[in-house]
Amino acid sequence: MASKLPPYATTGQRIWFYSFRVLCGLVFFYLIFPILIIIPLSFNAENFFTFTPAMLRLDPEGYSLKHYEDFLGANGDYSWLQAFTNSLIIAPLATLLAVSLGTLAAIGLTQPHVPFRKQITALLISPMIVPLIITSAGMFFFYSRPFGISELGIQGTYAGVVLAHAALGIPFVIITVTATLSSFDTSLTRAAANMGADPLTTFFRVQMPLILPGVISGGLFAFITSFDEVVVVLLVGSAGQKTLPWQMFIGLREQISPTILAVATILVVISIALLTTVELLRRRSERLRGMSPG
Amino acid sequence: MSDATLEGPVLSADGKPLKQSLNQALRKQKIRALVLIAPLLVFVLVTFVAPIGSMLMRSVQNTAGTDYIPDLMPNVVAAIQAWDPSTGEAPPEEVYRAMAIDMASAFENKTHTQLGRRFNYEAPGISSLFRKSGRPASGWDIETDGPFKEKFLDIDSGWGNVEYWAAIKANSGYYTSSYFLAAFDAQRGVDGISMKEPDQRIYQKLMLRTLGLSLLITFCTLALGYPVAWLLADLPLRTSNLLLILVLLPFWTSLLVRTSAWKILLQEQGVINNFWIALGFTERLSLINNQLGVIIAMTHILLPFMILPLYSVMKTIPPSYLRAAKSLGASNWTAFWRVYFPQTTAGIGAGALLVFILAVGYFITPELVGGADGTFISNRIYFQFAVSGNWGLAAALGTLMLVVILILYYVYDKLVGVDNVKLG
Repeated sequence: MASKLPPYATTGQRIWFYSFRVLCGLVFFYLIFPILIIIPLSFNAENFFTFTPAMLRLDPEGYSLKHYEDFLGANGDYSWLQAFTNSLIIAPLATLLAVSLGTLAAIGLTQPHVPFRKQITALLISPMIVPLIITSAGMFFFYSRPFGISELGIQGTYAGVVLAHAALGIPFVIITVTATLSSFDTSLTRAAANMGADPLTTFFRVQMPLILPGVISGGLFAFITSFDEVVVVLLVGSAGQKTLPWQMFIGLREQISPTILAVATILVVISIALLTTVELLRRRSERLRGMSPG
Repeated sequence: MSDATLEGPVLSADGKPLKQSLNQALRKQKIRALVLIAPLLVFVLVTFVAPIGSMLMRSVQNTAGTDYIPDLMPNVVAAIQAWDPSTGEAPPEEVYRAMAIDMASAFENKTHTQLGRRFNYEAPGISSLFRKSGRPASGWDIETDGPFKEKFLDIDSGWGNVEYWAAIKANSGYYTSSYFLAAFDAQRGVDGISMKEPDQRIYQKLMLRTLGLSLLITFCTLALGYPVAWLLADLPLRTSNLLLILVLLPFWTSLLVRTSAWKILLQEQGVINNFWIALGFTERLSLINNQLGVIIAMTHILLPFMILPLYSVMKTIPPSYLRAAKSLGASNWTAFWRVYFPQTTAGIGAGALLVFILAVGYFITPELVGGADGTFISNRIYFQFAVSGNWGLAAALGTLMLVVILILYYVYDKLVGVDNVKLG
């Protein structure tokens, strides 16, 4: 395998070269096709999940914003909008918690001498590994009666869902921020301290601006984790905390309404925006370290 | 410097021995690191580890509702110990009398139906006895209304069933092994513990299916991901960065969006089937609500988790190695199999383990596209938890699954290292 076919390649090599490319092209198609196909389907004027003859003729009659209007409550059903609002309340709060605690801990973990570093890291990453059904079943038991005291119960409240989602987002913050910190030059903080800056000033004026791209990436990961999560909301939340994924999950399981197409498209657009941000941040920090051609 | 200062321990600026001073500084550093980590550690312990611990406890606690069985029916638990179920005879009058007392107080506290439901997991049919007997028992006078055996048998002849009483006796402690027995498809009868009939071993079947399908999905992601990662590692950085977006976009797209996309594409009247008909075929394919649907959708969803670790390993292999092998006379296949492939095994291990760990715990996708024969153990846990309300069994199944996952996680840590996990 070479990135370019040399001029002396034999016929067999040529066939292999092109069939390999075609194979990879098919895999890329498999990866991206289901996501992109949703977008045109969401402008369907009918309540179908497939392309109508009018759509295939590219007839403007076949297309409409009907499903988006339904999402916004045009048919008098505001449950989608309500779910979207709930998601927009829960995800930022969970992200804030995960990022603030996670960044502090990541700084602690990258210090030169940390007792039990491996064990602590393994523990902090484990919410990513433990199946969600186990986590959420445990959270249901524990959040209903924390330490056996039912007065402390937060099952079925916003607080419960936010805490649970923050716990799920923490591994992503730890992974991205420790990765950024591993390339951070610690002599900079010593230099700052040397020039008379107290630890807080050093952190906010010297270290934070340099590791900010990693912190933001971790935050975006934590955000999307919460924004996309459904099992924990199903068990720890109640109808009052119905989020967008909950609404989608219920919709898909019972009778599937075409409004889902519009919601899916909106979510795809959000993920494109998040991905672009993360990629720009990554390229920026790679450029700063001279690792990428630009 | 005189000779005298060279003798004795080396001192630091403040006059303390240097060794002690260094140790002090080291201790300070350690404490500072721990202080930074502590808030998160406490947070994770309370919001994540404690819940999992409480789930582990649930799998052995013998409770009905929130109370333990011996607290709910203390008299029965005390009286029934003397009775031996293997004699094949119903318990003596004392046990029925104790049941009359406990039933009356349970009826007052409205826990008698919960008790019935608890024992119904062990002895199907018993819950109706508890439901029926609560009200009559609350009206009996313990001193004068005996004998209670006849009274109970008058309500329902089921109260004479030795199996029912054996189930009560077997589950009369604060802790019980019955949920784990059920999770292992075993049962406790009058004559001890035995496996269920082979056609009733549903959890064994489900565990094997979960592991088998996860393995198959891992293999599919490897087969599809390996060439793509190789191509990405081989192309100039600018092109590969562009193509990498095609891998990262699915990674960032909501799991529910991807699952619903497959549900919409694969359904009987969906895009793929319509295309198939347009090609001239007459029979519609059944692509969803079966194992095939789960494999197609989950391979798609987990593919990025395979490609990214493979890519990060392949990126570090210099292309000159393959050229060197070929110039030394190796065929294309030998050069790949003997030179390139062995260097990628670390990436294969990392990707395959990650995909397998994630696949074993999958819930949403099998639930939505799996139908009857494509469900995983997670779906059964959710069913026991949310639909049947058999929390003990759900917890026992969850514990078994957690053990499997933790073993895999340990292997992953040894092989790859948890601090080497990379995202994007």
